[in-house]
Amino acid sequence: MSIASSKGQTRATGYVVAKGTSWRRYLGQAVLYAVLIFISILFLIPFYLIVRNGLMTQAEITAPDWIWLPKGLHFENLDKLFNDPLASMAVGLRNSLLIAVTQVFGQMLFASMAGYGIARIPYKYRNIVFYIFLVTLMIPGAVTFVPKYVIVSYLGMVNTLQGIIVPDLFNVFAVFLFRQFYLNFPRELEEAGRVDGLNYWGIYWRLLLPNSRTILISLGVLTFINSWNSFLWPLVIGHDSSTWTVQIVLSTFLTAQTINLPALFMGAAVGIFPLLVVFLVLQRYIVQGVARSGITG
Amino acid sequence: MASSKIVPASPKITSDADLNAKGRRKRQLQTTLAFWGFVGPMMLGLIIFAYVPIIWGLILSFFDARNTITPTKFVGVDNYASIIGDDQFRNSIVTILIFALFIVPITVFFSLWLAVMVNTVRYARAFFRSVFFLPTACSYVVASLVWRITLFNGLPYGFANNLIYFFGLDPIIWIGTANPPYYWVVLVTVRLWLQVGFYMILYLAGLQDIPKELYEAAYVDGARPGWATFRRITFPLLRNTTIAVLLLNLIAAFQAFDEFYNILGAKSGLALLARPPLVYLYNIAFTNQNYGAGAAGGFILVSIIIVITLVQGKLLGFGRSENQ
Repeated sequence: MSIASSKGQTRATGYVVAKGTSWRRYLGQAVLYAVLIFISILFLIPFYLIVRNGLMTQAEITAPDWIWLPKGLHFENLDKLFNDPLASMAVGLRNSLLIAVTQVFGQMLFASMAGYGIARIPYKYRNIVFYIFLVTLMIPGAVTFVPKYVIVSYLGMVNTLQGIIVPDLFNVFAVFLFRQFYLNFPRELEEAGRVDGLNYWGIYWRLLLPNSRTILISLGVLTFINSWNSFLWPLVIGHDSSTWTVQIVLSTFLTAQTINLPALFMGAAVGIFPLLVVFLVLQRYIVQGVARSGITG
Repeated sequence: MASSKIVPASPKITSDADLNAKGRRKRQLQTTLAFWGFVGPMMLGLIIFAYVPIIWGLILSFFDARNTITPTKFVGVDNYASIIGDDQFRNSIVTILIFALFIVPITVFFSLWLAVMVNTVRYARAFFRSVFFLPTACSYVVASLVWRITLFNGLPYGFANNLIYFFGLDPIIWIGTANPPYYWVVLVTVRLWLQVGFYMILYLAGLQDIPKELYEAAYVDGARPGWATFRRITFPLLRNTTIAVLLLNLIAAFQAFDEFYNILGAKSGLALLARPPLVYLYNIAFTNQNYGAGAAGGFILVSIIIVITLVQGKLLGFGRSENQ
């Protein structure tokens, strides 16, 4: 939103420049486009390589002469991938989806509830509670993974999907953003709700949550991406292949003794495809979410 | 409540004030209950999965806990001493410092450069932004896979080797050798590709906040748009964004795990080239099953991160106002 609105701004400066020498401006823009297109190509090469390798045969991939476009599209690599005993890709996809969806809904629910409580319920110690929450942001998450593992194993959740899901349901940063959002929520609306006989829960559920669509989507998508791509925690918790996520399946596949290259790259393509779709459809919200988190960061 | 209205003068009801106090207390109780109804689940989750692990980890770090998650014997600071005394740990700190020294400035430079360019072009702005931001959707595992197997494969069929062959150069063993350490190219470029778009978005958001009047005023004063306005206006006003990018980036770099684990492995062979602290701790805790030492190492790493963050904050004058 804010990024799109920049257009006017540079247009304005562009106009000022235009009053000077216009050929210079055109040359400048031409050079800029050339550089940007060059970098764009560099940025897209890894995606191209995934698709290319995923649709070729092993012999074509390892051929000494570079093949830009596969001669035939070997979609049978998809069958090979799903039938490869080393890579339980179907299980991985199911697990990743289950984990990501649960975490999105769980995180958004707990964080928006806590954010609303801290922002709008006049409890005496609410700010102290908020500061107690914020302290956890100062401890880098990945560094506490050993004691976290110990606690999870006391709870008997090692090697289960709950063990991967539950510890990451509580996102303090999201609480912070929801609190910020609800602090700016118009009080008149809340009072109107109270007049209509809504209690705190009714106000939250009927008024605030439906009006939090933008922040819910932008944070939810970021949560989905982080959850889908996370590696260290699922690696530590999921020993058995029935609890592997897509990332663990691919990593195991990668370090196997003999690699079936086309199936591996087909796996990579399958692994990033859902996210690319989410990404392209909801990009506006993601950009907003990132920009929002950056302001506070 | 209603009765007080009917018989306001009744001597049995001591006073209005007393009643109000009662009502107030009841309301307070309701507020407290409502508050914890909303905040309680979060608090409970954080107690179990954030506060208790930190405290339990601290206890564990002073105990012997090998092959078991239960602390068996109090050993004082032995775990800390053995970690600090371990060459492998000190090497891992050197490794991560080298890594941070490359990745942090390079990321800051490129994310700012891309943001300024995207913000300056007149057409297809959204397209370029999408392309540079797209890798954010990719996981470290998939990117490592591409970098290791096909992009920087040491054999002649690797993409980079094909490219340099085009310029008449011999294939390079990108990942396998310590000397020259080409593996740094692989490790730095993979993270750069994955994260630069994210920080570019932060810079783009920062660029929106710069009032255009400043550029117009500068133009009136005779400053040509370009390097001079960038140095005098754009860069100083992006100061807070730059601090955020630096800190986020540094903290993330110190916790690097995924790409090192997937490109170089964890235990032997290539892993000996460059093993960051988190991979080292992973080995200590989960391969050697020495949880006490693993917990101690975690706290040492946290201390190092906090010290470096504070030093950097001090150097940059963190918290100073933009106007100064």
